[in-house]
Amino acid sequence: MSTRTPARRVLSSCLATRPRPKRRPRVCLQVTSGVRWNSVKQQPGSDFVHFPGAVHSKFTTTLNFTSPSEKNAMPTYRILDQSGQIVDKSREPLNLSDSEILKMYKDMLTVSILDPIMFQAQRQGRLSFYMVSAGEEGIAVGSAAALRKEDVIFAQYRETGVFQQRGFRLDEFMNQLFANRLDNGLGRNMPVHYGSKDLNIHTISSPLATQLPQAAGAAYALKMEHLQNPSEEPRVVCCYFGEGAASEGDFHAALNIAATRSCPVIFLCRNNGYAISTPTLEQYRGDGIASRGVGYGIDTIRVDGNDIFAVHEATARARKLATEGSMRPVLIEAMSYRVSHHSTSDDSSKYRELREVESWKRRDNPITRLRKYMEGKGLWNEELEKKEQETVKKAVLKAFNAAEREKRPALRNLFDGVYEEMTEELDSQIQELAGIIEKYPNEYDVGDFEGGREGLFKEKR
Amino acid sequence: MALSPISRTLLRVPRELRLLTFQQSLRTYSSAPPNARLNIPTDFSTTPILHHTSTSSLSNPELPSSVRAGKSTRLTLHESINSALRHALTTDDSVLLFGEDISFGGVFRCSANLAADFGSERVFNTPLSEQGIVGFAIGVAAQGMRAVAEIQFADYVYPAFDQLVNEAAKFRYRSGNTGMDCGGLVVRMPCGGVGHGALYHSQSPESLFTHIPGLRVVMPRSPSQAKGLLLAAIASNDPVIFLEPKTLYRASKEYVPTDPYTLPLSKAEILKPGSDVTIISYGTPLYTCSAAITQAEKDFNCSVELIDLRTIYPWDRSTILDSVNKTGRAIVVHESMVNAGVGAEVAATIQDKCFLRLEAPVQRVAGWSTHVGLVYEKFLMPDVVRVYDAIKKALDY
Ligand SMILES: Cc1ncc(C[n+]2csc(CCOP(=O)(O)OP(=O)(O)O)c2C)c(N)n1
Ligand SMILES: [Mg+2]
Repeated sequence: MSTRTPARRVLSSCLATRPRPKRRPRVCLQVTSGVRWNSVKQQPGSDFVHFPGAVHSKFTTTLNFTSPSEKNAMPTYRILDQSGQIVDKSREPLNLSDSEILKMYKDMLTVSILDPIMFQAQRQGRLSFYMVSAGEEGIAVGSAAALRKEDVIFAQYRETGVFQQRGFRLDEFMNQLFANRLDNGLGRNMPVHYGSKDLNIHTISSPLATQLPQAAGAAYALKMEHLQNPSEEPRVVCCYFGEGAASEGDFHAALNIAATRSCPVIFLCRNNGYAISTPTLEQYRGDGIASRGVGYGIDTIRVDGNDIFAVHEATARARKLATEGSMRPVLIEAMSYRVSHHSTSDDSSKYRELREVESWKRRDNPITRLRKYMEGKGLWNEELEKKEQETVKKAVLKAFNAAEREKRPALRNLFDGVYEEMTEELDSQIQELAGIIEKYPNEYDVGDFEGGREGLFKEKR
Repeated sequence: MALSPISRTLLRVPRELRLLTFQQSLRTYSSAPPNARLNIPTDFSTTPILHHTSTSSLSNPELPSSVRAGKSTRLTLHESINSALRHALTTDDSVLLFGEDISFGGVFRCSANLAADFGSERVFNTPLSEQGIVGFAIGVAAQGMRAVAEIQFADYVYPAFDQLVNEAAKFRYRSGNTGMDCGGLVVRMPCGGVGHGALYHSQSPESLFTHIPGLRVVMPRSPSQAKGLLLAAIASNDPVIFLEPKTLYRASKEYVPTDPYTLPLSKAEILKPGSDVTIISYGTPLYTCSAAITQAEKDFNCSVELIDLRTIYPWDRSTILDSVNKTGRAIVVHESMVNAGVGAEVAATIQDKCFLRLEAPVQRVAGWSTHVGLVYEKFLMPDVVRVYDAIKKALDY
């Protein structure tokens, strides 16, 4: 490239020592949309408004405010009814093999076995925190199953099923939960804040909704990647969030920027009725989160989150829409109910009736619904269920025991990773801490950490 | 731990879990080593930081005489904050209280029963948006009402940063002679470490706000202080950031005067007079400092003065400078990171105003310049050892 400016040359020479990414063929990017006002001409006598900000609005002489109406609520897509029967018998057959269906079921089952064990372990003081996803396993597993492994995930925290579906192993869950030396998060994050580069899942961060605009940006990067390398299959980002998180400014910023930059991102809202104690009625007005998507000019669907087939099919279609043509974002609002407490720090009996929870649990559940379907097809039965439950429980407890025994990561990980290179300031703080521990050996328990006090000096493993 | 009925029905607890080896269980991130002499957890039932008798609580000279003649009740920090909020709502119809999950009492119980007693028009849940909450609160205050907004954790205040820094702090200044302000604003938020909060449930962002002229930044150390300072913050005609050390919500319990009272903002308090070293701190580390001082005074035959800043900005410079001019040695202690922290401002002011009197460099004992990694917290925050060692260094210099 001969047209480099001097400034860029300086920058690139500074960066010369860093490994350079694989060179991509230069392509001429097509400008996909022109400037709006330029392409619109107001015809004399037209019955349409041609304002720059609204190019297809019809003139009217009726003074009428458009009101949100319950009657026009967006429908909820489903395939299975509560008894596990296909509702529309005339529909085309499911695009899922028996083994794919079995995998979805087993993934949900695994989450539903892992969750109460870890919740209980927290109650026993064996880990500091936990969050279950009871009732929402179908949303996580069903959507993840419709994605490709190369697709990129941004999650909130109640999407254990996504990790499970993608192949996050029980030992990886446990190492993170126990914050031990084998935890890829280096013991830094609260339990359930998993992440996996191998599985293309960004590490979960507690501040709500921050992942949404990031997902739009990541999707734009994937889009650019595809434009520069059209031979490679396009990838999408799938971004999960709760209906509570959708009240944050970041949600709105994300939808808007994703729409204007046509980013291949699936925004997947888990609407489970609550944000900690706050019911949806106090969270938003209007037709759920789905109506926001339409407002931002985004293709949107509402699905029954207890119907894993519906979630799967909607996500598969969303993926197709997102990657078609010049690409675009899609919003899925998956409806469910938070059966559990918000987290181990919460007691939901303080703000909702046990009756409400019980009646919901009786009514519906993604796992039993799929099980009924599978039993109807002869794919599953009581005996298989028992065996699978036993197998999973055993595997969970084995991983639990192994992880709980492990030491904590080396103490250096408190300071490492703030910057790519340790700063002089941090280095001197490490020396200071090491000096203090040496001077007052009885005052610090370093035995639990890999390498003890020396672990302060051990370079990255 | 006892399970609530709902937990029992929600969970199928596998019996196997009880059979798991308990060998490494209950290994918390912040327990004390067996032979520790200094780094032992604060005993909140004996610490001199708290009032363990009604008499001591009511003898506080900052209280009006009518309050001192009244009664006191033993309350935790969250109960005391609740009683202050209740008083504000009772005596001033213009007070509104809102934030995420406020209605059922808040995740730390500070607003327990207030929605029921004062109605959902005045005490209410907001949608989950910190920028919305603070912007809304500024608007409420700008119309002359008193808005007490809660941010669920100080770690989640950042979406509201623009509203606080560019709006609340500059509202009065930019309106000039038009006389408009949002002084009725108080933004409360729980802050600080609890031992297992990790990156996003442990932060103390006070220094981000002390850099902003126009905001008052307050952090109480105890239930009785919280009541008086919160009522002063609500009465104040300047916007106040009110940081509540959440580890003290349940742990700290003391006699709190029953009648309402305010304590002065921008006024530090000498908790323990001394002649050789001055320690300046605020919030939770005061307990750590107090324990370190007790040991140091025994071991080094010295006398240490302990000062609670209480209002971190605009701060009470004269109380601190008078003290350091007396002792000639100063240590500033806080939880949040040492880099560009409150300690930097205090230390710089001390060296500027007490230079010729100083016997030793001003020290800062604070969090290291990193994040609150889950399992490392006890190695990160200032502990009794580090304060004790700093006293020794100051004396030995
Ligand atoms: C910015 C921010 N504000 C507040 C919180 C505290 N908080 C954690 S989870 C939560 C509720 C989230 O509800 P929702 O998005 O509906 O997800 P759900 O828990 O129902 O799955 C809140 C308020 C936070 N983590 N981040
Ligand atoms: Mg929710």
